[in-house]
Amino acid sequence: MLRSKTSRWAAAPYLLWMAIFIVVPLFIVIWYALTDASGAFTLQNLAEIGRYSSVFARSLLLAAEATVICLVLGFPVGYFLSRLRANKQHIMLMLIMLPMWMNFLLRTYAWMTLLEKNGLINKLLGLFGIGPLNMINTAGAVVLGMVYNYLPYMILPLYTAMTKIDDSIIEAAQDLGCNTFRTLTRVLIPLAKPGIATGITMVFVPAVSTFIISRMLGGGSNLLIGDLIELQFLGNSYNLNLGSAMSLALMVIVLLCMSFTSSFDEEEMEGVM
Amino acid sequence: MDESLIVSLKDIVVDFDGERVLNGLSLDIHDKEFVTFLGPSGCGKTTTLRVIAGFITPQSGSVLFDGKDITGLPPYKRQVNTVFQKYALFPHLNVFENVAFGLRLKKMPEEQLRPKVLEMLEIVGLKGFERRGIHQLSGGQQQRVAIARSLVNQPRVLLLDEPLGALDLKLRKEMQLELKRLQRELNITFVYVTHDQEEALTMSDTVVVMNKGNIQQIGSPQDIYNEPQNAFIANFIGDSNIVDGIMVKDFLVSFCGHDFSCVDRGFAYNEPVQVVVRPEDVAIVPPSTGMLTGLVRDVIFKGVHFEMHVDVEGKEWLIHSTQASQPGEIIGMNIGPDEIHIMSREGV
Ligand SMILES: Nc1ncnc2c1ncn2[C@@H]1O[C@H](COP(=O)(O)OP(=O)(O)O)[C@@H](O)[C@H]1O
Ligand SMILES: [Mg+2]
Repeated sequence: MLRSKTSRWAAAPYLLWMAIFIVVPLFIVIWYALTDASGAFTLQNLAEIGRYSSVFARSLLLAAEATVICLVLGFPVGYFLSRLRANKQHIMLMLIMLPMWMNFLLRTYAWMTLLEKNGLINKLLGLFGIGPLNMINTAGAVVLGMVYNYLPYMILPLYTAMTKIDDSIIEAAQDLGCNTFRTLTRVLIPLAKPGIATGITMVFVPAVSTFIISRMLGGGSNLLIGDLIELQFLGNSYNLNLGSAMSLALMVIVLLCMSFTSSFDEEEMEGVM
Repeated sequence: MDESLIVSLKDIVVDFDGERVLNGLSLDIHDKEFVTFLGPSGCGKTTTLRVIAGFITPQSGSVLFDGKDITGLPPYKRQVNTVFQKYALFPHLNVFENVAFGLRLKKMPEEQLRPKVLEMLEIVGLKGFERRGIHQLSGGQQQRVAIARSLVNQPRVLLLDEPLGALDLKLRKEMQLELKRLQRELNITFVYVTHDQEEALTMSDTVVVMNKGNIQQIGSPQDIYNEPQNAFIANFIGDSNIVDGIMVKDFLVSFCGHDFSCVDRGFAYNEPVQVVVRPEDVAIVPPSTGMLTGLVRDVIFKGVHFEMHVDVEGKEWLIHSTQASQPGEIIGMNIGPDEIHIMSREGV
């Protein structure tokens, strides 16, 4: 009893922090979203979001593409990491985390110089008489930037989930008649589900709300929700009310995504318990 | 080819990290036999089992199944199933689905699958547990699921790697009998791994004693116990007294300063040998009539018998007897010809 009481008090500073910096701003956003410039209640801002549905759709699509690519790339990496011996696992994890020690902007700048018309890749291809390819300022470049930046967030939870799968369980599957593909679909993927759910959330949420990647690699034609919101607060089309409404819409999208993946996760836990 | 052979290992060599784990191992396993690999931890029992299951491809040598070479065949194509040391049940599936796993892979229709799984659960004593999660089961129950999960596929050969190792003694004895019954009723070949000599002797038709990646002896439990081929086996299989002796001539061996008649022959005159006498084969008699005399050091009550440590000319003998002597007492000891086992001293 004593412990639970003290631990409740120990959480107080954090609760205060949450109240001031999360709950209050949230209400401010909601308030702005539901009022006009003069402060009167209106649903006009929310209705106006419909005009930008193509931007929302593009954001969702590109983020989904990046998430799927991260999952496809990250799953085998997480699996092989989890099968390594403990000391090798730590070295490989370090190597995977290494790019994350560099500044996010810097990493994305690096891709700009690589993908440019006169960039490194095009020069290299030029040596073989190919190109120059049009890579920068495309949707593909944006997805590439997302995958590059968020892949570690997919690998880590997958790796963590798969370290809990004993070799003998995989062998049991093979013993009972699973070839490699069946082992994957019947045993590995079901057991890695919690990691898959976490990985999807950790990649999709930042990807759907990014504005730096799209601005640096996507040019003007690949505007995402994040860019749109930034424009309302800091850009030419200054409009706090519309910006707040868009933020609110983005939050709802993120919440839906998280509740979807966590329901997926809980279902899994029931099977385990 | 011998019709009854089901698995043959021929000159199997397995190295791990440059270290030889199986050293040219050859073995024939007969159909419907209960074979046990017995040996100390690390001698290569699990490795041998994994070669049969297909999880390890040997560096050299071949594995034959029904006379066909299956050395390179992946595990999922072999008519062999394994019960793993740590059970290795699927944590995301309930008991029913664990057992149904192999049949579902074979795309067996539900109306055939269901009764088969239920029947197998009944055979292993888990009727009514179908919907339980794996973590709601005790160790013994998990082991039964693992056994049912393998057996439901009707493998020709079932491989079991120390399946009872994690269970307490009482449950282990129960499961030993049950496994033996299952093997007899289902009429399939069991290849069983254990480091527990008692388990090996009670359950098996054939015991394969292994040490350091080699087979030491293959035989019935009686053969192994009564006629160990070397000191390692004699030591490993139960307690025994091993002393140096001289084979004076056929049917006569000399040790501890006394000549004993025995049933062994074929050694050279006066060949140095080792003599094995089981602790329960020494009869205690009055000192005046004994072939040997000894000084009783310790007497320990073991339930069914007394375990006595007796000093005979400076060497300690172990004797099991139903009648107790007193520590400090001088006793006479007789050993009958049938109870003396002679081992050649070469290669020891
Ligand atoms: N995957 C492996 N990698 C390296 N060495 C191994 C591996 N598996 C087994 N060994 C070694 O091979 C030897 C035999 O192991 P094992 O067959 O498991 O013995 P047992 O089952 O008789 O206890 C041991 O010395 C063990 O350390
Ligand atoms: Mg073993």
